[in-house]
Amino acid sequence: MLFYKSVATFGRYLMLMRRTFSRPERMRMFFKQYIKEMSQQGVDSIGIVLLISFFIGAVICIQIKLNIESPWMPKFVTGYTTREIMLLEFSSSIMCLILAGKVGSNIASEIGTMRVTQQIDALEIMGVNSANYLILPKVLGMMTMMPVLVCFSIFSGFVGAYATAIIGHIITVDDLTLGLQHEFNEWYVWMGFIKSIFFAFVITSVSAFYGYTVEGGSVEVGKASTDSVVSSSVLILFSDVLLTQLLS
Amino acid sequence: MIEVKSLYKSFEDKEVLNDINCVFDNGKTNLIIGQSGSGKTVLMKCIVGLFRPTSGEVLYDGRDLVTMNKQEWKMLRREMGMLFQSAALFDSMTVLENVMFPLDMFSRDNYADRVKRAQFCLDRVNLLEAQQKYPDEISGGMQKRAAIARAIALNPKYLFCDEPNSGLDPKTSLVIDDLIHDITVEFNMTTIINTHDMNSVMGIGENILYIYEGHKEWQGSKDQIMSSTNERLNSFIFASDLFRKVKEANK
Repeated sequence: MLFYKSVATFGRYLMLMRRTFSRPERMRMFFKQYIKEMSQQGVDSIGIVLLISFFIGAVICIQIKLNIESPWMPKFVTGYTTREIMLLEFSSSIMCLILAGKVGSNIASEIGTMRVTQQIDALEIMGVNSANYLILPKVLGMMTMMPVLVCFSIFSGFVGAYATAIIGHIITVDDLTLGLQHEFNEWYVWMGFIKSIFFAFVITSVSAFYGYTVEGGSVEVGKASTDSVVSSSVLILFSDVLLTQLLS
Repeated sequence: MIEVKSLYKSFEDKEVLNDINCVFDNGKTNLIIGQSGSGKTVLMKCIVGLFRPTSGEVLYDGRDLVTMNKQEWKMLRREMGMLFQSAALFDSMTVLENVMFPLDMFSRDNYADRVKRAQFCLDRVNLLEAQQKYPDEISGGMQKRAAIARAIALNPKYLFCDEPNSGLDPKTSLVIDDLIHDITVEFNMTTIINTHDMNSVMGIGENILYIYEGHKEWQGSKDQIMSSTNERLNSFIFASDLFRKVKEANK
């Protein structure tokens, strides 16, 4: 029964995506929405990304320094490990999990409210492909902005690590800099971008699906918002394993 | 003109509409009335294409909605305007942007002409002064008027109104009724109103379809309603004291 329900839900998701990824009725309107969504989903998330990444960068640096300190361990290990964690997992995967909460719930509740207040019906009556008009700019907008957010996250994490060195004197700036530069592999940055773009698609499309298919009132919109965050988080975690295996 | 022929609609095992046959004329305010749960909203949704009928035909000037291909359906939808129960204005847009939306989507006019057309529609519903306001900054009656302006922006041939007076005071309801009626005559549209407001029935009901438990029980004009001998219709229409007294006074 659960399997049948899951397959049916996935089928409905694919059908919605088919309607979403069609040519926009008016490119002018699409670009207007696209720019708006990039601002709403991406630019408005920069603050939270910078804040969280700063503190996580600082905490990773402190934890690594305090927990693996040993005379046998080179001094650059702290900076090196901080960099690898930020590049490989935090700024792409964990940041996307956090954004699934912020952006995902926002999308699901916005589209869900439009559904229950008949705004989507109004679009359909006008002859507008509502899935394409509402969902496509959100998906593409977030996919465009996510690598930018990853860059901000990496940068802010490093700033946090430097803060522990400069303010907290946990590590010297030279050791940290040496660690951050040690055996830098550019591919890790691209890997983070690729993963984040995929996760951006998961967050926006899954949340939009939950919002678009809401039936009922405000309680159902709230439930759809929660379900969208849970589902997209689980999907991000699963696909993170696959993508990491695939791209490493 | 819209014709409905042998329309059936079921949800799983439950039959909601049963053999509906009716004609909605041009330039007239056609009303669908009935108790809550009688199937009038389902009928309206089948007519506008939001629900697919189980069987039957919905003919828009001879074009069957049910058998239309995607392109024909798309074109037909551009000839429709709809006023929803909740007005359904886009809350992220101003009143002017709401009215301009269908024009931005489908009109090939330049920006200045689109603004001019939207302002004409807003002026027609006496709402020009609220054009820069957002839907949550205006009253329910004003929202309905803005929704009417949006519905007529593309000069539709068919106008659908789902419970246009719900949540409005009697005076504002009259304003909305008169506005819909005047616009219908002025633009020679086929207007279908889904309502259970008896003031609307008596005020603008030129062609009234009474739905009872999913089937057509009665069809006629507001003048014929007073002399109807249909018991179900009478018990629905004259459920309130006021209308009973009006009927007795007429006798």
